[in-house]
Amino acid sequence: MRDFSYLRASSADEARQAALQAGSVLLAGGTTLLDLAKCGVMEPETVIDITYLSGLGGIEVDANGARIGALAKMGEVADHAGIRAAFPAVSESLSLAASAQLRNMATIGGNLLQRTRCSYFREPDVFPACHKRNPGSGCSAMGGITRNHAVLGTSDTCIASYPGDLAVALIAFDAVVELGGRTVSVDDFFLLPGNTPERETVLKRGEMITAITVPASAAARNSTYLKVRDRQSYEFAAASAAVGLEFEADGRTVRDLRVALGGVATKPWRARAVEQALIGTVLSPETVEAASRLAMDGAVSHGANHYKIELAPRVVARAILKVGGLA
Amino acid sequence: MTRTIHLSLDINGRRYDLDVEPRVTLLDALREHLALTGTKKGCDQGQCGACTCHVDGSRVLSCLTLAAQVEGRQITTIEGIAAENGELHPVQAAFVEHDAFQCGYCTPGQIMSAVACIREGHAGSDEEIREYMSGNLCRCGAYNSIVAAVREAAEMA
Repeated sequence: MRDFSYLRASSADEARQAALQAGSVLLAGGTTLLDLAKCGVMEPETVIDITYLSGLGGIEVDANGARIGALAKMGEVADHAGIRAAFPAVSESLSLAASAQLRNMATIGGNLLQRTRCSYFREPDVFPACHKRNPGSGCSAMGGITRNHAVLGTSDTCIASYPGDLAVALIAFDAVVELGGRTVSVDDFFLLPGNTPERETVLKRGEMITAITVPASAAARNSTYLKVRDRQSYEFAAASAAVGLEFEADGRTVRDLRVALGGVATKPWRARAVEQALIGTVLSPETVEAASRLAMDGAVSHGANHYKIELAPRVVARAILKVGGLA
Repeated sequence: MTRTIHLSLDINGRRYDLDVEPRVTLLDALREHLALTGTKKGCDQGQCGACTCHVDGSRVLSCLTLAAQVEGRQITTIEGIAAENGELHPVQAAFVEHDAFQCGYCTPGQIMSAVACIREGHAGSDEEIREYMSGNLCRCGAYNSIVAAVREAAEMA
């Protein structure tokens, strides 16, 4: 890891000001930054430590929704009684992620900004070509080992998947990121790779995530996060789904349905086609399975990740049947 | 651009002063600067859990924590959990009792993680122990004995 200079920010404004400087990067939990600095993927000149700031770590839940401070830890949010009651999918997405140690370190703001686990991205010494790291240099993943790569939202330049779980649950329930001076929906916060895979979010230099808000809804209250992976624990998703469901007063017709996918796309992926196909209907295993296949509209595989196109709709269907009381 | 920064760290109830490069992790500060080598360096990338320590009572990975991030926090390492008279911590004793190791390299991290796991209330069943200890890898595969040791220590706690 290359050395850097260290600045301990004493206010959010000081941190933002310092972050305007090229080569500067904010340090919160450190679980992404230090990892990637050791890999040689990130080589910051100045690290701005925001962990000593107060007032950015609160978790508030009321009838209107939740507001989670950017410096709240993953573990704190996962275990928060109000979050568990009003947003079970959010709590589950966090407790199924990483390990207990990492959840005690990683912050909610930093969690959104975690980088892809594409092994070609993570090994610059072995694989110099990476459009995300070094635009125009090529892509080592295409034609390589692609088992963990995306099938949705890919481009000619990049097939790296977004690895996070929390953001998947957040976009299902229309969460919003607060960036100090402006707010952006979490869905719009993330960018498709297109021809600029090095740009992953709309965050501008000198901006800082200060909080995430999630509006309350009946669908969020009756929600789940289903994560399927190669190991039982401590592993990224092969495919995952955040699903929330609200029935009409008759208890069987779907009034509201939210479906988002993880582990299969270049950004957290809302599957509105699945939602639209089932809203207003009475669920059956057959209709749920058929509708869930719509989640893969436009999917493109690159060899070994083809299994995701079969797996993801099954994960979606299982999650819908679970929150619908049919499984 | 090698510059050092001065840090005061509170480790196992004792104050340590040191001058380190900003990039020095808590793990390297412990092992290389303070001769507290009980905390092990396994992968050094946040994947194996061998470097698990407690910061203000929470288990964290010292390899992904800058030493500069933990000034003013209470740090506990494997050297700091036995009683002053040398009596083993109940989790240490349970690991010995159940032979919950083979080579022993992951053991300090396993024990620090287990102490926190029990305190968090996440050691209620074998299944829960396996889930909440999943961040600590044991390449010798002593998992069954580790689970048994954690379960016994949790039942006695």
